[in-house]
Amino acid sequence: MPTIAVDKAALYRALEKEYTTEEFDQLCFDFGLELDEDTSQSTKPEDLAQPAQLKIEIPANRYDMLCFEGIALNLRVFLQKQKLPKWSLTSPASGKVETLTIKEETMQIRPLCSGVILRNITFTKERYESFIALQDKLHQNLARQRTLVSIGTHDLDTIKGPFTYEALPPEQIEFIPLNQTQKMNGKQLMEFYEKDKNLGKFLPIIRDSPVYPVIYDSNRTVLSLPPIINSNHSKITLDTKNVLIEITALDKTKVEIVNQTLVAMFAGYAESIEPLRIVSPHNNESRDVPDLSPREMVAEVDYINQVTGLDKSPAELGTLLERMGLTVTPDTSDKNLLNVSVPITRADILHQADIMEDVAIAYGFNKLPRVYPNKTAAVAAPLPINKLGDIVRVESAASGWTEVMPLILCSHEENFEWLNRKDNGGTAVRLANPKTAEYQIVRTSLLPGLLKTINSNRHQPLPLKVFEVSDVAFIDLTKERKSRNERHFAAAIMGKTSGFEQVHGLLDRIMLMLRSAFITREQGLANEALAGYWIEEVDDPTFLKGHAASIKVNIGGKHHVIGVFGILHPSVYKPQRFDLQYPVSTVEINLEVFL
Amino acid sequence: MAGGTRGPVPVPVQSQDRNLTQDVLDLLDTKSPLQSSEDFPSIPQKDIKGALDRLASRSMVEYVAKDTEEAVLSEEAQTILANGSHEFRVWSAVKDAGKILIKDLGNVVGTEAANVGQGNAFKNKWIKKDGDSFIPIKDDVKDTTRDQLREVSETKSLSDAKALKELKKRKLVVLTKVITYTVTKGPKYAKEIPVEVTDLTADMLAGDKWETTNFKPYNFNALGASQDAGALHPLMKVRQEFRTIFFNQGFVEMPTGHFVDSGFWNFDALFVPQQHPARDMQDTFFISDPPKADKPRADPETEAQLDAMEDSSKRLFASSQNTEVKPRDYEKYWKDVQAVHQDGAFSSIGYRYPWSADECLRLVLRTHTTAVSTWVLHRLAENPRPARYFSIDRVFRNETVDATHLAEFHQVEGVIADFGLTLGGLMKFLEDFFAKMGLHDLRFKPAYNPYTEPSMEIFGFHKGLKRWLEIGNSGMFRPEMLEPMGLPKDLRVYGFGLSLERPTMMKYGVDNIRELLGHKSDLKWIREQPAVRLEKE
Repeated sequence: MPTIAVDKAALYRALEKEYTTEEFDQLCFDFGLELDEDTSQSTKPEDLAQPAQLKIEIPANRYDMLCFEGIALNLRVFLQKQKLPKWSLTSPASGKVETLTIKEETMQIRPLCSGVILRNITFTKERYESFIALQDKLHQNLARQRTLVSIGTHDLDTIKGPFTYEALPPEQIEFIPLNQTQKMNGKQLMEFYEKDKNLGKFLPIIRDSPVYPVIYDSNRTVLSLPPIINSNHSKITLDTKNVLIEITALDKTKVEIVNQTLVAMFAGYAESIEPLRIVSPHNNESRDVPDLSPREMVAEVDYINQVTGLDKSPAELGTLLERMGLTVTPDTSDKNLLNVSVPITRADILHQADIMEDVAIAYGFNKLPRVYPNKTAAVAAPLPINKLGDIVRVESAASGWTEVMPLILCSHEENFEWLNRKDNGGTAVRLANPKTAEYQIVRTSLLPGLLKTINSNRHQPLPLKVFEVSDVAFIDLTKERKSRNERHFAAAIMGKTSGFEQVHGLLDRIMLMLRSAFITREQGLANEALAGYWIEEVDDPTFLKGHAASIKVNIGGKHHVIGVFGILHPSVYKPQRFDLQYPVSTVEINLEVFL
Repeated sequence: MAGGTRGPVPVPVQSQDRNLTQDVLDLLDTKSPLQSSEDFPSIPQKDIKGALDRLASRSMVEYVAKDTEEAVLSEEAQTILANGSHEFRVWSAVKDAGKILIKDLGNVVGTEAANVGQGNAFKNKWIKKDGDSFIPIKDDVKDTTRDQLREVSETKSLSDAKALKELKKRKLVVLTKVITYTVTKGPKYAKEIPVEVTDLTADMLAGDKWETTNFKPYNFNALGASQDAGALHPLMKVRQEFRTIFFNQGFVEMPTGHFVDSGFWNFDALFVPQQHPARDMQDTFFISDPPKADKPRADPETEAQLDAMEDSSKRLFASSQNTEVKPRDYEKYWKDVQAVHQDGAFSSIGYRYPWSADECLRLVLRTHTTAVSTWVLHRLAENPRPARYFSIDRVFRNETVDATHLAEFHQVEGVIADFGLTLGGLMKFLEDFFAKMGLHDLRFKPAYNPYTEPSMEIFGFHKGLKRWLEIGNSGMFRPEMLEPMGLPKDLRVYGFGLSLERPTMMKYGVDNIRELLGHKSDLKWIREQPAVRLEKE
């Protein structure tokens, strides 16, 4: 969620009330904002050195509250200090609408453009800074770091329409970038900003494209190189009177949301909002922008009342919704319908569910009638594998072993090489984008976690006896999700002696609790129908030769190999592996066969 | 030894090869009271106390302790006491020889005595210089230092306080605190410790022997025997409490047995747009191998499992009107999900962006168990009916690890589907749910979540911390999520969730999540955490 810092005194002036921090916190809470911090209560010198700020967390879908103007406006409307303004376009005094023509080449890189002209705007230092900050916030959030949408703002009096939006080879684009003195071409610009900590991260959006997007005026003056930087020539200042905003994009919906949001937040400081005529015949995107007309929606009175548990008339609902900036006209033909005008600020409203929620917020979530849905009848049931796992957990603990919960993600070498196990490539689920080498795969065995836990506790009195019952995962191409989990049980003991009989005894105990009788290998192989488990010596590089056994069960006439136990091979203890000083024995079995 | 002793008779307290307890008893027979400092001057204090405690616990003696200060001679002082002070030794050597060359003095009395002693003897006017030699002045001198040290040695003190201070300064005496005990016979005094047995045995029970047996007194100030116990992990103990709450409310557990899920189930089907920040590389673990999920399709194995789990629910609450099972159409579901994102559908204008099937089929480590709730709710569309589901299982976030964040944690999630649900009903349910955890004051904050509308953050007042804490998230699933599944419009669904780690950390006072989950947990800590009992604060 974005956090916006606003000047406390200015906001309280706008809200016409001196709030205590608690009162303002409550207002935020009721509206669905969160007061993160009131810096007047801070003890940090840097906070106290400047006028008090309120840091307010904004819900991620409220683009209309990403600046001081939007927070003040929406709260004023909520507090019934004013109604939401109605924004409309004014035809230019000249009678001639400014045009921006989009060239077909832009289809290769960034095909859409929108924009607007704000006429006779009055900037102050605060307004100017807020205008810049809002663009930053929109770039970060809705525009996904400028990939989907990017904004350029220009002093209209320094340039001359009609404008063109083109895509050209980088070497052919030459201009002085914002706040620079040196003219450079597109290619040089990429090198120049390579290490820039603000702009560097945006370069890859276009860097490797054969053509870069660029906006020109009628004198071939560059306005901007979206989505990287504007030209210095047309930069806006505190004295700028007429602002041209151009917005280039990949996403048709978001480009208009950004345009409408900028207009709604800053048109209040301008005399008029003038349209821009986009000429883009090749993709049928010719139109006048922005569209400031409210979106008309229909909501059902019954639905709103049912979900909120209220019993409000259409007029009452209208009053509540007005506080959320929505205008309601009851439907003349159907009493159950509300015609709702959704203003340009409320891009978050997609469905009547959103209107219903606004009614709930305006009424007060915590005042809604709380009626328990006692109609529901249900019978509880545990997931069988969890029930089984819990049996094994409780029996292990009752046998004197301590339950541990290591992580499921681990490194490849912990899971394979350190245990002398080979990865055949089709076993472990691999992560594409882990932040650290600690997390490379989803474990396929519980042993690495147990051994790491023992390592962390190696200074405690011996023996250490630990166990875990949890899932591992394997690649399984027959499944929709191409992998499956498997519930395992594993235990490990480290002591002055190997503890081989201890893990064996624990296995016997668990098997007894799972109603699997011990039989000898000869009996198991001789009699197909004899249910039970037996163990067979096995050559397994994880374990010391001659001290490892494969665990086999016969359930309903079917034989399964469910796991292995033994004394860990001396190579496993090395300092560069699990770094253990005393002998360790382990057991690990798959529990799924007992379902 | 009397029969029936299982444990050993107490070992007498030994000090310097003396049987102290016996010595005390022997002496008390003839002398009472006795003074530990006088009667056992050479026994260390802790040994004498041990012996007296042992006897006192059996009421054989009684004693009173008294703190005093004692002056003790240093090693150097012991030498002075034996041989005289350095100046005395110098004088005496000079007197005996009549005349000693100054350079020979060290050879006669030793270097240390020569160095310190010649100056003092000179100052005291006991000797004088005669050319390159010393000759005596006095025939007889008084060795005051030695006399003082003798007094200290005999009385552990010195009558001249100023002189004592001076000796201390010269590091000849050390003042130590000593505790002396005045010991008298106790009510059960006897000349020796009677034979004691440590425990009741079968032998004693066979006859009446137990009546005459002298039991060793039990030490009620010590812990009992260590139990060498196994233990369940505290996080799993809290999990069990939540499971009990869910089971008591009739919730069916969801099949969460897959860490890997597709973008479809984890995001798209929940109406999370493909450009949502949660789908960033920064937040979600994507899978590089295997490369890609299949489109959603039937999963007969999991279906059968849930069918079996819901058998009794169906038997008991089957409604006569609503038994028709409408098979699911996965292809339609897929297309409807696409439509509701890309073009708008089900009375929603949608997000209106070009929706990508490839993005939808990317495999991820599930970021929430709501991916499973989605699957379960889609299954519910076959036969829409009131239902309750829960799960508690591991989820994954590509977080930078710190004291409150791990890349893995457990999500506790509940889902309630019913006709005509209200938002107030969810609050009421949650009030009850959290009351079982001892949280009685709740308030609900409007919030944003792409798949619930309304969405509410749940805040509880923590009495210990005296502030409101966010304790969970909740809401009603969006029509854009439910209607593409084929659920009827009037079937509404509550969802709520919280992490398992957070209440566990609060309950057990853990500040660092890495001490709770992961291989760095302390085994001793795990073993020593009490039972949960969420209802007790």
